Amino acid sequence: MPDQQSAWSLLAYGDTGWGDELLRGLALTVQISVCSYFVGFCFGLLGAGAKLHGNRILYRIADVYTTLIRAVPELLLILLLYYSGTSALKAVLVGIGIAGEDIQISGFAAAVGALGFIYGAYMTEILRGAILAVPKGQMEAARSFGMRPPLRFRRILFPLMLRYALPGMGNQWLNITKDSALIVVVGSVQELLNAGSTAAGATKLYLFFYSVTAACFLFLTVASMLVLAMLEKRVNRGMRR
Amino acid sequence: MIDALTFIFTIVLPKLLQAIPVTLGLTVVSCVVGNLMAVPIAMARISPNPFLWMPSYLYILLMRGTPLLVQIYLIYYGLGQILPGTWVRHSFLWPYLRDGFWYAIVALSLNTAGYTGEILRGAIQAVPHGEIEAGKAFGMSPWLVLRRITLPRAIRICLPTMSTETILLLKSTSLAATITVMDVLGTARWIQKQTFRIYEPLIAAGLIYVTLVFILTRLLNWLERSLNKDRDRPAPSKSLTTLGNA
Repeated sequence: MPDQQSAWSLLAYGDTGWGDELLRGLALTVQISVCSYFVGFCFGLLGAGAKLHGNRILYRIADVYTTLIRAVPELLLILLLYYSGTSALKAVLVGIGIAGEDIQISGFAAAVGALGFIYGAYMTEILRGAILAVPKGQMEAARSFGMRPPLRFRRILFPLMLRYALPGMGNQWLNITKDSALIVVVGSVQELLNAGSTAAGATKLYLFFYSVTAACFLFLTVASMLVLAMLEKRVNRGMRR
Repeated sequence: MIDALTFIFTIVLPKLLQAIPVTLGLTVVSCVVGNLMAVPIAMARISPNPFLWMPSYLYILLMRGTPLLVQIYLIYYGLGQILPGTWVRHSFLWPYLRDGFWYAIVALSLNTAGYTGEILRGAIQAVPHGEIEAGKAFGMSPWLVLRRITLPRAIRICLPTMSTETILLLKSTSLAATITVMDVLGTARWIQKQTFRIYEPLIAAGLIYVTLVFILTRLLNWLERSLNKDRDRPAPSKSLTTLGNA
């Protein structure tokens, strides 16, 4: 452990310290988490829709998706999806002629795609449960008002579903910020843990820099927990307790 | 396609099957150690004494608020750097401490202890008050009440959550591959480097994890059923059954 004086200079902003690298890493971790959370939410809605639609084939596909993804370690999935996703997306883009042969999928996009696909499986289950928890009478009331399905989804099902989904979705947000650290294994995205590892390796102060990295993640978690508590209060306003 | 399949079945799978004991060893040892550590942590967490509950709260927050991978790096690289300079270098512990396996065990156990501690806390608080009062009325000492009533009841209450946690632990052991442990994923990555094939070793490893998770789920379900055997009888009212599964 470095003494107090040098600890601050090690975390200084600029060329001499690692403060700016770590801060940029933290920002990138937040960006990856937000983007992959959104992608995961979309996959989750699709999956939940497929499971509840009533069509057997759609149900089977969604079921295989959630079962497989949730049974395989996230680290393995990230390794697998990062590379296969990159080349698959490239093949598709080149195939339909949007992009030339020389297109490069950025590490950021590949990481977001992989994490989003994984979290979509977990969110499918949460959203499915939440949709089922919406009282039937609410949807019937909307139908008797003559609302079309899109309007019904937008005005009744979606807002009511959020209320039941929020605790689970909040947990998934906390998990996704932590699991975004797994991207470090592919090595090409400079997120928080990658920045911390680089600093630790360069200075040989492993204990110090990994502690700082952990502290940054802890800050992110505690801040998220505060925001989630506020959100939960807001979504449940007007609810009898 | 045929080529990939023969590659998986003749070369990759036999190697990965040999690595299963490492993955299972990591899971079982850190599950046992972590769950044992969780008991005092949960007890401290519900104590009214701030010198007990505050450290416990902080510990749980630290373990659940930071990524497991950071914890593993912190212990493997951080401790691995500090320990050789101390008395440990010349002690009987040293042969173990050169191996990533034991660092992974330490990290996974500490992490599990944090997660299970929080689960157990909720379960202990969910034990019906009347049962504890009944124990007291029999003249049991606080220790006996804890051993005979509170803990066994709490463990039954949180068993479903603990099963999920154990499955998650089995999956997290794959993180040990990042600190040179040759578990299933570690071996798969080694084969990747040896053969320059990206997908086949990973897919084969995925198959093994799916199988392991499937078997473990069955095993835990069976355990849950056999531990809650007396609860299989039709419950007198609906509220009681939900209590048993809370």
